[in-house]
Amino acid sequence: MENIRLACQGIWGHKMRSFLTMLGIIIGIASIITIVSTIQGTNEQIKENLIGAGSNVVTVQLYDGEWPADFSYNPVPPQVRPIDDIMHQVLESLDGVDQVAFYTQRSWPDGVYVGSTSFSGTLYGIDDAFLNVESYRVLYGRCFQQSDYDNFRRVILLDKKAVNTLFPTTYPVGQVVEIKGEPFTVVGVVEQNNGFKPKISSMNDYQLYADTSSGAIFLPSVMWASVYQFDEPQNVAVKATSTDDMTLAGQNVADALTASQIISTGQPMASDDGMGMDDSNMAVPEGDTVGEEVTAPEGYSYQSEDLLKQAQQLQEMSSATNQQLIWVACISLLVGGIGVMNIMLVSVTERTSEIGLKKALGAKKRRIRRQFLTEAAVLTSLGGIVGVLLGIGLAQLISKTNGIPVAISIPAILVSVVFSILIGLLFGLLPAVKAANLNPIDALRRD
Amino acid sequence: MILELKHVYKDYLRGKEPVPVLQDICLSVEEGEYLAIMGPSGSGKTTLMNLIGCLDVPTSGEYLLDGKAVGELNDNALAELRNHYIGFVFQNFYLLPKMSAVDNVALPLLYAGVSQKERRERAIAALEAVGLGERINFLPNQLSGGQCQRVAIARAMVGNPKLLLADEPTGALDTASGNQIMEIFQQLSDQGMTIIMITHEPSIAACAGQTLHILDGQLLTGAENQEDCHEA
Ligand SMILES: Nc1ncnc2c1ncn2[C@@H]1O[C@H](COP(=O)(O)OP(=O)(O)OP(=O)(O)O)[C@@H](O)[C@H]1O
Ligand SMILES: [Mg+2]
Repeated sequence: MENIRLACQGIWGHKMRSFLTMLGIIIGIASIITIVSTIQGTNEQIKENLIGAGSNVVTVQLYDGEWPADFSYNPVPPQVRPIDDIMHQVLESLDGVDQVAFYTQRSWPDGVYVGSTSFSGTLYGIDDAFLNVESYRVLYGRCFQQSDYDNFRRVILLDKKAVNTLFPTTYPVGQVVEIKGEPFTVVGVVEQNNGFKPKISSMNDYQLYADTSSGAIFLPSVMWASVYQFDEPQNVAVKATSTDDMTLAGQNVADALTASQIISTGQPMASDDGMGMDDSNMAVPEGDTVGEEVTAPEGYSYQSEDLLKQAQQLQEMSSATNQQLIWVACISLLVGGIGVMNIMLVSVTERTSEIGLKKALGAKKRRIRRQFLTEAAVLTSLGGIVGVLLGIGLAQLISKTNGIPVAISIPAILVSVVFSILIGLLFGLLPAVKAANLNPIDALRRD
Repeated sequence: MILELKHVYKDYLRGKEPVPVLQDICLSVEEGEYLAIMGPSGSGKTTLMNLIGCLDVPTSGEYLLDGKAVGELNDNALAELRNHYIGFVFQNFYLLPKMSAVDNVALPLLYAGVSQKERRERAIAALEAVGLGERINFLPNQLSGGQCQRVAIARAMVGNPKLLLADEPTGALDTASGNQIMEIFQQLSDQGMTIIMITHEPSIAACAGQTLHILDGQLLTGAENQEDCHEA
């Protein structure tokens, strides 16, 4: 403590020199903080944009080989079994899974008209959990009720975009939409609550997110068969327990479905007694390897459309370039450290008689060493703190002028300060040892 | 017997060649003695003082301080010994310029591990003893040379050492300040302190109870402090 006070006095006594010495550290730390903040900001934005801040929903779809299975023209494959209630419960008990909803989906459906206007969005056949899982809320009219499912009512919900294209001028609730020749009554208008509102800050962003914006019509899943003649394999909307669990939840559901719903041609049927085992297997999957193991190169499999993984890939791309910048900043830190060592050596020479006197009065080596180490560490940690402040300021400035988002990371700040202290200790060591080993007679002889 | 040098030699290396600076020094000092050492410049007075003060160790020969053989001790042990046994007064005072008088005086106590509060109390008492009770918070550059030397004496005395070593304590002072310093030394000697003092001035040496002469690294024979060593 006493040492720190003395060190501060010493530094204050040579303000200009101390500042110049710290400059290397300041610049190094400031650039690191700026770069890290920018990386973090970009990453968080990518994640936010792709995932849609907080809905935590992963889609698991049936794939035919490498592509999502499409039943517009192809018949339903016999080896894919329909999902039953037991499976539903099993899925919801998997690690990372909060809730699942099932739906069928047809983009650009034919035969959907209002008068002579045809609908070019997406048609969904949804179960009673879907709207909840995907965080839809009712804007006008009402939601689906149990009785709609029980009684096979011809009712539909529209989202706002569908309303805009189909009923630009009339109040939609109560209107009729013709689907495959059958009349369906609009009972409500819904909107996704958390809104998938990507921040568009560049042309790239625009292209990335543009395809999410066609209208949607929802009908009760039980009516899908009456429209399209048969039950199609369903997609699963998986709500994960947290954003970080999205990959896990998606993987688990996809693997469980692939294992139990698809009757493999080569092996005997994977039946329900395989289920108990699945749970334990589920704990293992991590990252990409599992997908490859389960996915037969040909044939059907369930795969999760992993937004988190996509986000990570984008993040890695943006981080990789910035990481090289960090190395450059580290070199500046190294140069700063050498500057500190240089000044500390000068300081030892200047204070030879002080050191000699202290030793004559009974100061041990350890004490002298500690004094100079403290001084170096205080010097660099001050540099580190100033650098952090400067870095934060710089990051804010960049975000203001360039529109690049920044997120100040507390761990990065702590690591920077600790790191700058370590630099002080490292580069202060040589001068400190030199001071401690001074011979008191020689030191006193010099005036 | 507080200290005893037996056939002590000290060489310095000039280049690779050892140059003898002290030769066959035999000296024993009783507790409470007040000793002056005189000699021409370059005769080895300061070198002898450094040996006695445990700032250096002899090349050969034996040095016992309070019965302890100093020659075998390492750096840290020597530091501890200096801190406990010896108070130094230098020609150029060697006060730390950024510290107040009281902080300068308290320094040896810091190294002895005395608590902050006690350090301050004892430092103030020591400053009062040398007549600087009102100037405890002055910086060295706010004090006269004589006052600085009195601060240095207070610093030498604050740890209650057994031995006071002074290398030309009045060398940088005018006669009046010099006399003041000598008065303080006399008081300390009267209180039973052992004092060894180097000086060029015969008038200063006269204050001491006894004077030794050194020439070309050898103590002049005949002084009683040498006898038993050479007989042995
Ligand atoms: N560290 C050293 N290296 C080499 N020679 C030294 C060293 N210290 C002292 N000497 C030599 O030893 C001799 C005695 O030096 P010392 O300082 O003891 O003399 P002194 O009697 O104190 O002189 P003065 O009265 O001028 O202070 C001198 O010739 C000096 O050059
Ligand atoms: Mg001398």
